[in-house]
Amino acid sequence: MEVDFGPAVRDFRDELRDWFADHLVGEFAEHRGVGGPTDGAAWDVRLAWDRELSAGNWLGVGWPKEYGGRGLGLIEEIAFEYEYARANAPYRATVNALDLLGPMLLAMGDEAQKKRFLPPILAVEELWGQGFSEPGAGSDLASVRTRAERDGDQWVVNGQKVWTSFGVHADWLYVLTRTDPDSRRHKGLTLLLLPTDQPGVEIRPIRNLAGQDEFAEVFLSDARTGADMAVGEVGQGWRTAMATLGIERGTTLLPQQLGFEREAEALIDLARARGALDDPMLRRRIVDAWISVRIMRTTNLRTIAELTAGRTPGPQATTAKLYASTRHQQLGHLAMELAGPAGQIVGEDYELDTRQRSFLLSLAETIYGGSSEIQRNIIGELLLGLPREPRP
Amino acid sequence: MDLTFSEEQHELRTVVRSFLTRHATEADVRRLAADPRGHDPWIWRRMATEIGLQGLAVPEEYGGSGFGYADLGVVFEETGRALLCAPYFATVALAAEALLRCDDEAARAELLPGIASGETVATLALTEDDGRWDELGIRLNARAGASGWLLTGEKTYVPDGHLADLLLVAARTPAGISLFAVTTADAPGLTRTPLPTLDQTRKQARVTFADTPARLLGTDGTAWPALARTLATAAVLLAVEQVGGAAAALDTAVAYAKIREQYGRPIGSFQGIKHKCADMLVEIESARSAAYAGLWALDAGDETEIAVAAALAQAFCSEAFTKVAADTIQVHGGIGFTWEHPAHLYLKRAKSSEVLLGTPAYHRELLAARLGI
Ligand SMILES: Cc1cc2nc3c(=O)[nH]c(=O)nc-3n(C[C@H](O)[C@H](O)[C@H](O)COP(=O)(O)OP(=O)(O)OC[C@H]3O[C@@H](n4cnc5c(N)ncnc54)[C@H](O)[C@@H]3O)c2cc1C
Repeated sequence: MEVDFGPAVRDFRDELRDWFADHLVGEFAEHRGVGGPTDGAAWDVRLAWDRELSAGNWLGVGWPKEYGGRGLGLIEEIAFEYEYARANAPYRATVNALDLLGPMLLAMGDEAQKKRFLPPILAVEELWGQGFSEPGAGSDLASVRTRAERDGDQWVVNGQKVWTSFGVHADWLYVLTRTDPDSRRHKGLTLLLLPTDQPGVEIRPIRNLAGQDEFAEVFLSDARTGADMAVGEVGQGWRTAMATLGIERGTTLLPQQLGFEREAEALIDLARARGALDDPMLRRRIVDAWISVRIMRTTNLRTIAELTAGRTPGPQATTAKLYASTRHQQLGHLAMELAGPAGQIVGEDYELDTRQRSFLLSLAETIYGGSSEIQRNIIGELLLGLPREPRP
Repeated sequence: MDLTFSEEQHELRTVVRSFLTRHATEADVRRLAADPRGHDPWIWRRMATEIGLQGLAVPEEYGGSGFGYADLGVVFEETGRALLCAPYFATVALAAEALLRCDDEAARAELLPGIASGETVATLALTEDDGRWDELGIRLNARAGASGWLLTGEKTYVPDGHLADLLLVAARTPAGISLFAVTTADAPGLTRTPLPTLDQTRKQARVTFADTPARLLGTDGTAWPALARTLATAAVLLAVEQVGGAAAALDTAVAYAKIREQYGRPIGSFQGIKHKCADMLVEIESARSAAYAGLWALDAGDETEIAVAAALAQAFCSEAFTKVAADTIQVHGGIGFTWEHPAHLYLKRAKSSEVLLGTPAYHRELLAARLGI
């Protein structure tokens, strides 16, 4: 199922394909398909690749020109992601700032913030981390305790954040803080932009199960940022944060799912090489794995088609994450089983091959961005209208 | 890129749904399930005259309205929702499609208008005692007599075979697999026996032929590719029907979970139930993707893609419907296990649809073969 975005986008697509042919070479080409939303592998190369993309003016395809973007529409953004995934280019290191923070600033930031922060994001000059989660606030994000108090023209921030993806690389954090000490839950929160290069910010890497220092915990002790660094209204941080999380569009799922398709194909090759296709049980699971990646793709294309037709996407836009994350894990288990004992051997210094890394990292997909249980609550309550869980 | 439904298709859905809400109520389903004919000729006529459902995707030159497969899919999703008791699948998804695919312009011109106008109920007689839907399952013998072709042998599990006016029969001649048309009114040597079915909403029959005269469609011995393509189309349409059935089953489960209280609160507020319903929706939306991909492949006319998408749709949607229907019973507790409650109607329709064009295992194998796995 090839996707054609229509004649209007064809020039754009051809330009991009040509650009990939010229630039996705050398070291970048060697790192095709490397990385993922929680994969810190080959960080330096991927960062260099982001800068290469930036130099080609390919970052922020849909962002206004005044902030360094291309000023194109949603359909070009989608076409970009599609071609990107087709080219199997390295996973962008700065995807968090590009997909979450940037759009949030565009929607909720003031003019000064947009001017100040958007161009360096697109130039890959400043790297960002998302400081939402805390040791005591995970799924229940509204229970954040990190406090921020006004001191003249500054905010003074105290508290702890955790699981900050690529936190050790971050020059800036966008953090959810409680600015009204007497408030509870969703009220009295504020979203602040905070520079990490100061004595009040300590960032310690946390090793993930693949052995990577990919996420971090962040200690904020009298950390300071300007009074003008609140995004959206003070006290309305929940709305701002939710707007960020709401920017979960088909565009971001496409590359991931084309990657899953490649994994499924690699799995079939492996099974063929090992003669596993003759085993009826394995064969059945292999076909099912293929079916599930194909379904992910179609679900995604349905959402994109609705978005580009200017309609609000249907329920599949919400069910897609739960389906994809669950099925991708099954794919990983199957790949490990097919690899057999050889798949259990790692390199020096716990260096993992693509299959091992993909399998291990897939375990995070049902946790981050709303765990599967939380997804089921959302589907049950928002899509099906079932009564809410009793809350204390 | 056209992976979504148009405004016109949404309107079509509304029209079909409102028709079925009036003419295919649960009471109608129960009445017709208990009726040996299994359908109501009055409703069948209205389907044709009021909204032209039988001829929707039949080309205009044969008396239809020439819509595409996505449009037809919209209708099947709704008939699946309503558990419509009518020979619609047999007539439209199987017989009309087989006529369109076979290489016989004269037969098309002669037979399709009756189908499009709702006058002819038709079906495809392919399976025999072993229930196989592949080429090897076709053993019924056809031989050339002095004044034309004669069929001898038996077909069984023929959907709506007990009442079809027109049978399209897959048979074997010395040249290979061929397709024949038999008009059932006063056909010599033809016996039709209704089969008592677990799923009473879709009837089946055994049909025996003893030197029954039949009309050869197209060229002798070359029918299999057209039949395989017919089955692929039918597989997609059945998948959409299954999605509709599953969605309707989930609706009843959700409605009940909102009002039924235990431990002082609605059962839908318990995660054990809420999460089950959420999983049902995930299954349905995934099945939708599988089925719709089939519709779009059919409209695009890419043969490789059609073959893949059709097998995938049946492999996935069959199991999805059955799972959702079974979970619907679970959500309802004891009441879901009664004859009075509609939950079992969905379960049984799901179970019969699961094997109607071959089991999920069979379709997985078809898919594997088509992918070279
Ligand atoms: C790889 C990775 C990267 C991440 N990156 C970032 C980042 O950059 N920035 C950031 O702020 N955060 C990040 N996170 C944090 C992520 O958002 C949280 O891990 C997630 O929200 C879950 O919170 P928790 O870990 O505290 O688990 P908990 O909320 O404690 O959940 C533990 C278990 O309980 C279940 N559970 C919780 N509540 C309910 C409920 N109401 N009903 C049923 N079950 C429930 C959960 O589903 C889970 O199975 C990252 C996480 C991972 C794994």
